[in-house]
Amino acid sequence: MKKNNFLKDLVGRQIFIPIAALLVLALFNLIADPAFFKITLGTNSTGDPVLSGYLITILDYGSELAILAIGMTLVTAASGGQDISVGAAMAIAGSVTLKVLCGSNTRPETLQAPIIVGFLVAVIVAMLFGAFNGVLVAYFKIQPMVATLILYTAGRSIAAWINNNELPVISDPAFAYAGGFIPGIPIPTTCIIAAVCVILIVLVMKFTALRLYTQSVGINESSARLNGLNPEMIKILAYVILGVCVAIAGFIKVSRLSTINYSVIAKDIEMDAILAVALGGNALSGGKFNMGASILGAYVIQFLTTTLYKFNVPSAALPAYKAVVVIALVVLSAPTVKDKLSGLGKKLKSGKQGKEGA
Amino acid sequence: MRNIDKTFPGVRALQNVQFTLEKGEIHALMGENGAGKSTLIKVLTGVYGKDGGDIFLEGQSVAIHSPQDAQNHGISTVYQEITLCPNLSVAENMFIGRTKGMGVNWKKMNKETDKILKSLDIPAKATQQLGSCSIAIQQMIAIARAVDMDCKVLILDEPTSSLDDNEVQKLFKVMRDLRAKGVGIIFVTHFLDQVYEVCDKITVLRDGQFVGQYEIKDLPRVKLVSTMLGKELDDMSDIKGEQAAYEVDESIPPVYEATGLVSDAHIKPFDFYIRKGEVNGFTGLLGSGRSECVRAIFGADRVTGGSVKVNGKSVKISKARDAMKNGIAYLAEDRKRDGIVGDLSVRDNIILAQQVLRGFFKPFSKAEAEKVAAEYIKLLSIKTASSETPIKSLSGGNQQKVLIARWLFTKPQYLILDEPTRGIDVGTKVDIQKLVLKLASEGMSVTFISSETDEMLRTCSRLVVMRDRKVVGELSGDDLTQNKIMGTIAGGDN
Repeated sequence: MKKNNFLKDLVGRQIFIPIAALLVLALFNLIADPAFFKITLGTNSTGDPVLSGYLITILDYGSELAILAIGMTLVTAASGGQDISVGAAMAIAGSVTLKVLCGSNTRPETLQAPIIVGFLVAVIVAMLFGAFNGVLVAYFKIQPMVATLILYTAGRSIAAWINNNELPVISDPAFAYAGGFIPGIPIPTTCIIAAVCVILIVLVMKFTALRLYTQSVGINESSARLNGLNPEMIKILAYVILGVCVAIAGFIKVSRLSTINYSVIAKDIEMDAILAVALGGNALSGGKFNMGASILGAYVIQFLTTTLYKFNVPSAALPAYKAVVVIALVVLSAPTVKDKLSGLGKKLKSGKQGKEGA
Repeated sequence: MRNIDKTFPGVRALQNVQFTLEKGEIHALMGENGAGKSTLIKVLTGVYGKDGGDIFLEGQSVAIHSPQDAQNHGISTVYQEITLCPNLSVAENMFIGRTKGMGVNWKKMNKETDKILKSLDIPAKATQQLGSCSIAIQQMIAIARAVDMDCKVLILDEPTSSLDDNEVQKLFKVMRDLRAKGVGIIFVTHFLDQVYEVCDKITVLRDGQFVGQYEIKDLPRVKLVSTMLGKELDDMSDIKGEQAAYEVDESIPPVYEATGLVSDAHIKPFDFYIRKGEVNGFTGLLGSGRSECVRAIFGADRVTGGSVKVNGKSVKISKARDAMKNGIAYLAEDRKRDGIVGDLSVRDNIILAQQVLRGFFKPFSKAEAEKVAAEYIKLLSIKTASSETPIKSLSGGNQQKVLIARWLFTKPQYLILDEPTRGIDVGTKVDIQKLVLKLASEGMSVTFISSETDEMLRTCSRLVVMRDRKVVGELSGDDLTQNKIMGTIAGGDN
C-alpha cells in the first residue's frame, strides 16, 4: 500500500515525465544492445586517459542543451514565451570569442588574448543581446517569439560580420580543452562545465529570491507589481541570464570545432532548448517552473538523438524519428491526457475492488 | 413596442424580476454590484437562457435563444467596452456582418454610412479609421450601428464610464434624438447625476430581486440610494459596535497625509489624512472613485500630482514599493487580478510582500517561510490542507485571509483594505471586521472600504464620502448614521 502511494506520488510529480522517458529509452537500449551502457577507459591520440561510451557521449553532447535549458526555463517562466534567437546568439558569442583570441589574423601563431578574456567578452556581449531581447519583451510588450525573431534573423550575419566573414582557426590545443578533455582528466570538460552551471543556478535559487520573483511575475504580473516587484526588470533579468547560458554554450561549441561555421553552428538548438523545457512538464505559457525537470528534459533529447544514431538512422531522417517520439511525450504530459489517465487508473482500481467485494 | 414583462420564479440570480419599457423612453436600470442588472440584460439579449418567465415585445410573446434572435427582434446592446474593430473604417464597422454575399459595394456603403452619421449628428466620416475617433464617438457609432439595424430596444451598458463631461453631453443628445424617434432605451449606469439628467423612469434591482419601478420625479436621490442599498432611511439599528479603544493622539502628525493627491485614474484631486490607531473609510457607490483614491495613496496608479507626508515627513510614493517602504500595505479590491498569485502555494503567497521588502539577496529559507506560514494560518484560522496548497484552490474567504496575512507580515503602520469582505462568507466577514478593530486598538491605522454601509459604520470612526470621482464630504462622530451617509452620497437637493 505504501509503495502504491509512493508510485502515485511520483506519477503526480512534474519531474515524472522526463524520468519516465529516460527509463523507457534506457530500457529500450538495454534490450536491444546491453553494450550501450558500457563505459571504457582508454587513451586518446595524445595519450591522455579518456572515458568513452554511449552514456559519456550523451552527457558530453547534451551539455550545451542542458545549459541553455536553464536560461530558457527562466525566460519561459517570467515572460510566458520563448527566446528563439539562442542559436544565432551562440554564433555571435562564438564569433566574438574567436575575434578576441585571433585579432585580425585568422590563423594566429599565438593567441592575442588569454582564453578566459575571449570567453568573458563573449559573456558580456551575449548578456547585452539578452538585455536587448528582454527590453523588447518587458517594456515594449512584444510577444517574446516575435521580439527574438529579430535577433534570430540577424544574428548569424552579425556573427559573420564580426570576423569579416572569415573563418578563424585556433590551433592552440588549450582552446580545445573546453569542448574536449583536459589532459589528465578522463571526464569530458563539457560535463564539468554543465555540472558547474547546474550547481551555480541551484545556488542562485537558494541564495536569492529569483524563483519566487520569476514565478510571481509569470503567474500574475499585476499582483506582483502591487507587491512591490518590478516585473519589467525581472523579465529582463531572465533574458540576461539566458544570455550568460548562451555565451557558455557558444564557447563550448567553438571549442569543439576550434573554428566556427556561421550558418550551421548551433542550428535549430533553440527548438531543442524549448523542447527541453516542455518535456520537463513546464507550461510554455509561463508561471511555475521546475528547473531540474527542464535540465533532465535536455538530456532526454540527447539520449534520444544518440540512440537514433546508434541504430544507424540516417541523419537526414533523424528529425522525423525524433518528432514521433516527441509527439508521444508531449501528448502524454498534456494535462488533459494526464487527467484522463489518472481517471482511468481510478476506474480500474475501483472496478477491481468492486469485483473483489462481490 | 408595448411591454416587456419577464418573470423568473425561483432562480438564484434573478427572482421574479419585472421590467417594462415603453416606446420612446429612457429607462434607467439601477442596482449595486451583484444586483442582477447584467444578468437581466444578458437574458434579454439571449446570452443566457431564462429559467422561467416570459418576454413580450409589442404585446407578443417572443422567444429569445441567442444574441442573433435578439437582434432579429430589434434588441441591440452597446457595451461599456467597445466591441467594434478599431482598425477598420467607420463604414466597415457599420456594416460588418451585415453585407449580403461576398461582394461589397464600397461606394454605396460609405454613402449610407455618412447619411446615418449625419442624421444622428455624429461628427465622423465613413472612410475614417474607427480607432482615430474618440471613445465617445466610437460609442456613438456603435449606437448608430445598432439603430441602423432597425432596433426598437437599445441597451446601453455603462456607456459613460470612460467619457468626460463634454462627451457625455454629446452622447445624451444622441440618446434624446433616438427617444424622439420612438426607440426605447435601457440605460445602465452608476452615475446618479446622469440618471436624473436624461432618464424618464428608473427600475431598481437588489440581490436579484425586483424592488420597484419609479417615475423619475417620484424618486428623489436619497430615496434611490436607500432603495438600492436596501436600507430604510430610519433604520438606525446595529450601528453601535465595540469602537476602537486606541486613544487617538491629535498632537502628533498623522501617520499618512496627502494634499491635492491625484492620479491618472480620472479622480479629482483630494486631501486625506489618517492618524495612528484610527480606522477610517472611503464610501460612495461603486464607480465613485473610492478605490482609485486608495490606489493613488499606495502608488498603484500613476500619481500625477499632490504631496504626501508620512509621520510628518515629506515622501514621494510613485510605486507600490515606495509605499511599502513607508509602512503602507494595500489589499487590492480585485482579489483575483491584483491579489493572489494563483499557482503558488499559500506559503509563498504569504511571504511574497515581505520578501520583496527584504530584497532579492535575502530570501526566506524554506524553514523560515514554513514557520511564518504556520503562524499566520493559525492566527487567522485559514482553512487550507497545508501551506503547500496552491492558493487558487482555497475558498474566496480563505484566499482573502492569506492576502491579509501577507500584508500583516510586512508589519505595516498603515493598512488599506479595499473591499476585503466582498464575495466571502458571513463568518469570515465578521472575523475580518473584528481583526480590523483589534489591529487599530494596537495602534495600526486602517482604511477600510466596503460596499456594505453597516460594515463601515461598525468599524470606521470617520468616513470620506465620494460621488462621481470627487470627495464630497467627510463624516465623523454623531454624523455617522445611515441617513447622513446616504444623504451625502446622493447629494443634490436632498
